[in-house]
Parts: sequence; structure tokens; C-alpha cells
Amino acid sequence: MSRIIQQLCQVQSCHEVAAKTFLLRFNSPEITASVQPGQFVNILAVENGEGPLLRRPFSVSRVEDDIIELIFHVVGIGTNLLSRKKFGDRINVIGPLGQPFHGNAEYDTALLVAGGIGVAPFPFLTDVLLKRGKHIETFVGYRNAGQVFTGHLQNVRIATDDGSNGFHGNVVQLLQSSLVQNNFDKAKIFACGPTVMLKTLTGLAKRKNICCEMSLEGQMACGYGICQGCAVERAEGAAKYALVCKDGPAFLSTEVNL
Amino acid sequence: MKTLSTSNGIKTSFTIRGVEFKNRVFVASGTFGYGDEIHDLVDVNRLGGIFTKSLSWKPRPGNPPQRIVETASGMLNSIGLANIGVQTFIEQKLPHLCMLNTRIIVNIAASSLKEFCDVLSLLEEQDGIAGYEINVSCPNVKEGGMSFGTDCKMITEITSNLRKLTNKPLIIKLTPNVTHISEFARAAESAGADAVSVINTLIGMAVDIKTRKPKLSTVTGGLSGPAIKPIALAKVYEVAKAVKIPIFGIGGIANTEDAIEFLLVGATAVQIGTMNFIDPAISVKVVDGLENYARENKIADIGTLVDALDADVKFSVLQSWL
Repeated sequence: MSRIIQQLCQVQSCHEVAAKTFLLRFNSPEITASVQPGQFVNILAVENGEGPLLRRPFSVSRVEDDIIELIFHVVGIGTNLLSRKKFGDRINVIGPLGQPFHGNAEYDTALLVAGGIGVAPFPFLTDVLLKRGKHIETFVGYRNAGQVFTGHLQNVRIATDDGSNGFHGNVVQLLQSSLVQNNFDKAKIFACGPTVMLKTLTGLAKRKNICCEMSLEGQMACGYGICQGCAVERAEGAAKYALVCKDGPAFLSTEVNL
Repeated sequence: MKTLSTSNGIKTSFTIRGVEFKNRVFVASGTFGYGDEIHDLVDVNRLGGIFTKSLSWKPRPGNPPQRIVETASGMLNSIGLANIGVQTFIEQKLPHLCMLNTRIIVNIAASSLKEFCDVLSLLEEQDGIAGYEINVSCPNVKEGGMSFGTDCKMITEITSNLRKLTNKPLIIKLTPNVTHISEFARAAESAGADAVSVINTLIGMAVDIKTRKPKLSTVTGGLSGPAIKPIALAKVYEVAKAVKIPIFGIGGIANTEDAIEFLLVGATAVQIGTMNFIDPAISVKVVDGLENYARENKIADIGTLVDALDADVKFSVLQSWL
């Protein structure tokens, strides 16, 4: 596994790309050298030494040369502080953390399925899958049109809860209807989003017999397996729990019970 | 193991039951794993010692999620002593730990006196362990844990039985979830403990007002982090007034200044806990910080800070129950 580092990284830019959704770019030649799609970084969100106690974990959204991009939703004090960072500010980052999406499964078409800010890891995954010659179809669900952000994604279909953009309904319903209309040959699902969405998706993938890999969230203090906070129940094996931070965040839908 | 008793002319080391520790900064049980997961991020050889994650006889899966909640300047946890079990520890972790140039103190958690004795006896057959910390204060398990630590007779029984099994330093980790922690420290001291660790987490809880459910699966958990530092300092002060054995001060230490406060109120050494999660290199920064403080203040031995509080005790409310 790649070496985990803690470092102060210089912010390149941070701006709002959709309602309360920010794109933060920072420099880290060390992390970009080894990070893979599905991995995350853990960031101390402080301003003048003030801020929440624990770090905030973020999927790496994209890598461009020495720069790491994160997409995040402002939900509390930590993400609010982070959204105010500007060029030249320094942020304390630990990474790369966690296991990347598994790369080796036999598939030709990658179905990327995101709920809201669950879209975060997919631009990076898209870049890497395109290099591997995979065909990509992307399904993204939002509450409303104001939240839509689809930068660096391929063949995007949008669902909104209120019908203000694209399919009226949730993203799993959108995927389900697409699976009826299209015959995606040798497909694999990559998913990230709220637990309730992943649960429904797991059921759909099972019925359709499609391999499904999910990036999970968990309440964690450290991000590297020490605090044991982010437990998720394993579906099989001797150990009862896996850790989202160290054994994941990417898991096959058959590996865990949500 | 080579131990430096001085660092740049400043004495940093201290001794418990003949075991010399090279400095007074340790990492607390449960916040540093088994010492091997975190090597990329901190030079563990700079520490006075590592208190391992609690070990029980059999592996424990721990509590169901959700196990962690962030609170104001602190966090609640209900991990439930998830651990790999003592046999796996001996096979997979100890060989590596023995190679480190720091002291390894194994923390033991158990749900019966027999289990404590079995785990300690098995560890006694191994090389590389400097001492034991006995967890009678975990607030997140139904059997053992805090139910032992809130009963003075159980502290006496566990300590005296374990004392017969080892000649290594025996450290009892106390819970603050009692009326007078000093009584429990006295019980440990009388039964033969070499030191006490003060404090484990405080029972706390958090509620999700949308669902009206507790945020932790076990309803309550243990509060740690900077939020508890003032409480921990008062508990260390109380215990220091009651016993002569050394105290490992624990509770929200986030920097050198915090560590010095703990030494001044009577801690012989400190353990850094929750802050390891936020800055994995914090403990080494405190090691350096203590040395710098000593140098700047022309202190030849950091031990002279221990119990050096300048308090006018005639106004101390605490004296009335000690």
C-alpha cells in the first residue's frame, strides 16, 4: 500500500460550482504520485487555529498533475471553513487513505451511480477508466436542478427528486429504467451516495446480476484504522466488522450489510 | 533496548519498579493501535512508551455502528474494546513491537478476574513487554470494564491477584465516573499497583433530534478530547493528594502546555489520546516541547515539574473529602 503522509498543502483555488457545492484544488506532488480512484484524504478544517476537533474525510475527486481536486457540500462548520479557503492558504492533509476501487473485474461498461455529493470520486474514476478503454455511463441523482454538477463525467443522465432537471425520481429508478431500455454488455456498477440509496441499489444489482462496488461513508476520527470508529458489518467471513477507512471505503455490495 | 536518560543535558527519564522510561510522554490505549499501523506518520521511537489497544483473551468484534460522535471540543466513542485477542497479538504484533526503541505497555481488558489473570500470565511468557495497564474503566461494555472500576473491592481483588503474577510495572487505569476517584486510587495502591492512569473517558451521550434516537448505538459512550481536560486535571490533582505511587495523567492533552499542566498537578507522566487521531505526530511534538520548555526555563530534570503546583491548599474544597 502507498505511504500515508501528513503535510501542509497549498490551496490553488476554491469556488462554488453548484448550490453549496465547492471545488477545492490543492497542491500535493506526494499524494498525487500514488493516489488512486476511491481513496480519500482527511483534512483539518480550521481557520486561525479555530474549527472542529476532528478531521473531515473527502474522496479525491480528480488529479491533475500535482493538484488534487475535492468536491464537497457545505453541511457544517468544517465544510464551511473549508469553502472559504483561497489561493495561498495552507491546509493540513493526511492521505492517501483507504482502498481504491477494485480495478480488475471483467467488465466493458462502467455504470457510475451517484447520489448528490456522492458524485465526488467519479471524475477521477472516469479519467482512469477512460485510459483503460472502458465505456462509461453515468447516472447522477440530485434533490433539484440547482445542485447539478457534472464536470469531467461521461455520458451523464440526471435525476432530480423534484423533476427540475432530467428524470423525475431518484437515481436508482433512473438506472433501473435505463437498464430496461439499454442492454449494457458486461457491465459493472460503481456507486457512491447516501446509505438508503446504496441499499436500494444493492438490491437492484443483485436482481440484475451486475457486480456492484460502493464507496461508503463512516463516522471516523482518524481515517487510518486506529480509532475503530467507522465499523460496517461484513456480510461474510470470520470478522464481524470491517472498517470503512482502512478496509474500504470501496466495498463490493456482497461484502457488507448496510 | 538502549535508553537515553538525558536529552541534550536535560533529564527526561523516570523509573517505575526498576523500568526506566526515556521520557514522560506516552500514547494512550486505543488511540495508537498496536503501534505498527501509524509508522508512516510518527517516529514512535521518540516516545516514552506505547500503551497498546486493550487486549482480551478472545478477539472482540466491538459494538455495532454508530461508534463515534464529534462533540464540542471532544468526541464520544463506543468502540466496545474491539481487539484482535491476546494470542493474535503475540503472534502478529509483538515481534514487531519488540524491535522498537520504546517501551511497550500492554493494556488488558477482561470480563472476569480469571480472564485478566489468563491474559497477563500468557503475556508474562513473552519478551519485550515493559509492563501492564489494567483497564477497569471502559464505559462501553456490559461485562467487566467500568463495573469493575466502580467497585473498590473489585479493584483490590484484581490488583492483588495480578500483582502475584508479575514483577513488572502494574498500572491500574481508573474511571472518573465515580464520586471520589481518590478512593479507587488508594485501593489500587494498597493492593500493590505501581501506578495509576487517570482518567479514562467520561460517560456522555448525544441525541439526533430529527429521529429522536441516540447517536451512538449503545446510547451512551465515553467522552474524550480537549473538552475533558479541566476535569482530568482535577482528578489527577485529587489522586496525587491521595497516593504516593506515580500517576499517568490523561485527558484532552493537545499540546506541550497541557502536558506541563498535568505534570504540575501531580502526574509523573502523560498519555496523549484523542489528539493522536487529529495529529498523529502530536506526541513527538510534546516530547520536543517539554525539552524546549525545560531548556528555556533552565530546568535540569523534567521530573522537578511533577507535583510542583503552587496552590494555597487552605482554600481547596477538595481537602474536605480527602
